[in-house]
Amino acid sequence: MSVTLGTTTSAVAIDDVSVRFQSKRTEVTAIQQVSLDVAPGEFVSIVGPSGCGKSTLLKLVSGLLKPSSGSVTLLGEEVRGPRHDIGFVFQRAALLEWRSARRNILLQAEMRGMNPAEAGKRADELIEMTGLSGFENALPHELSGGMQQRVALCRALLHQPRVLLMDEPFGALDALTREQMNVELHRVWRETGTTVLLVTHSIAESVYLANRVIVLTQRPAVVKEVIDVDLPSERDYSETMARPAFSSVTAHIRDLLGAVTGHD
Amino acid sequence: MKPVSGDRWRGVIERAWRPAALLVACLAIWHLITVTGLVEAYLVPSPGKTFDLLVDKWSYLWGHTWVTTYETILGFVIAGVLGVLMAVAMVYSRTIESTAYPILLFAQVIPKIAIAPLFVVWLGFGFEPKVIVAVLMAFFPVVISTVTGLKSVDTEMLELAATMGGGPVKTFVKIRFPAALPHLFAGLKVAVTLAVTGAVVGEFVGSNEGLGYVILQANGNMDTPMLFAGLIVISLVGILLFLLLDLAEQLMLPWHASRRGAAVTTLLAKGGS
Repeated sequence: MSVTLGTTTSAVAIDDVSVRFQSKRTEVTAIQQVSLDVAPGEFVSIVGPSGCGKSTLLKLVSGLLKPSSGSVTLLGEEVRGPRHDIGFVFQRAALLEWRSARRNILLQAEMRGMNPAEAGKRADELIEMTGLSGFENALPHELSGGMQQRVALCRALLHQPRVLLMDEPFGALDALTREQMNVELHRVWRETGTTVLLVTHSIAESVYLANRVIVLTQRPAVVKEVIDVDLPSERDYSETMARPAFSSVTAHIRDLLGAVTGHD
Repeated sequence: MKPVSGDRWRGVIERAWRPAALLVACLAIWHLITVTGLVEAYLVPSPGKTFDLLVDKWSYLWGHTWVTTYETILGFVIAGVLGVLMAVAMVYSRTIESTAYPILLFAQVIPKIAIAPLFVVWLGFGFEPKVIVAVLMAFFPVVISTVTGLKSVDTEMLELAATMGGGPVKTFVKIRFPAALPHLFAGLKVAVTLAVTGAVVGEFVGSNEGLGYVILQANGNMDTPMLFAGLIVISLVGILLFLLLDLAEQLMLPWHASRRGAAVTTLLAKGGS
């Protein structure tokens, strides 16, 4: 998957990046010399042991965090501060309690000063696409965890970002809801053509959704292996789970991660 | 535990009977103490006598009540505006926070009743010293609660706002300030009751009108029924202002978890649902 986009071939290019945190007495290296290229339209999952710095990687790409060394390039432009051309979904939906589902999605538009009519139309499309119809006017506390996360996803997609960053977006959901969300995210990705970087704890999720899975090691995180997922781009959930290719890849990743992460 | 709408009045009764019973019990004990002669009538007047006085001297009390209420509201509003501005400055600037905090604390711990005479010396016997004491009393809780509220915003929410590129003003108006409102209201409710105290303290020190003046006069004349009447009216002013804020909070923050069927005004007015 190497599509040329403008002057660059990568949507995201992480080049020899290290991140060190200064705590009171010691210096902790969270990420050590990680390099990674993500092609436009690609879906890349990042798995690794808990606390290995997976989330840090997404913060680097979004510009919320500066690398101690190395450089991050997003859509052909070096990341120097918070970037506005991305969509971000966290593990917690982080919705504004006083806004309805639809108005939470539209926060994105208001903050960016987008045309309200166009944004409204786009919001309605996303609501339709993610199955939120009928819940537009519900307040966050009236929504289930899965519904809240759908709102967060719509909000992240409202401005049609070319890159979507997801930090364990389904980590707080129950297993069944999580599977449904996986199926929906896969469909949304196919429909929008957005580049996705997904950090997850779930090996099954990482493989089902991605073109490539990046396996990181224990802190300080280095790239242990990059695995190409050889599955058809249209993926039925149970059918995919049953494929030998799926089982062999997940088994391989589980081996790589050792006993540190269990299967979920 | 949600009664259907037809049971509305039953809900009101279910929730209101306990506080009502306690109030009646207190009145009954008060009445018994005075009737049995346990305490001399000139020390503690009977509830009946106090009530009669409230009715007889209604217009006299009303005039003074209005003065105290005016001073209270003015002091409360000034304290609210200054308190919120101060809190915003402190949250956005570490320098301002570290500079202002000690002075703020000093202003809070200094006994207001001890500095109130100073304001009378400076500003005379008008309403100004009372308003200033009310402001001083009410300011601190507003600042503290607003700072807490503004700091309580999710870091993830703020990070998200950074990727949305709305800038600090939009982030404040659309995210930070509304998120701080529940804390702000908690502070305002404490502040309004303290503002009443501040106004009365101001009147104690030097005044010829207001409920503080009424109580001081009644005290000088050994007129205990009037003293009790003054106390009751002051309490009612405080309670009324508190309930008004509670209602405002109810209208403005129906979304907040602590408001869902838990407010004083909700308890009494809606009776659940």
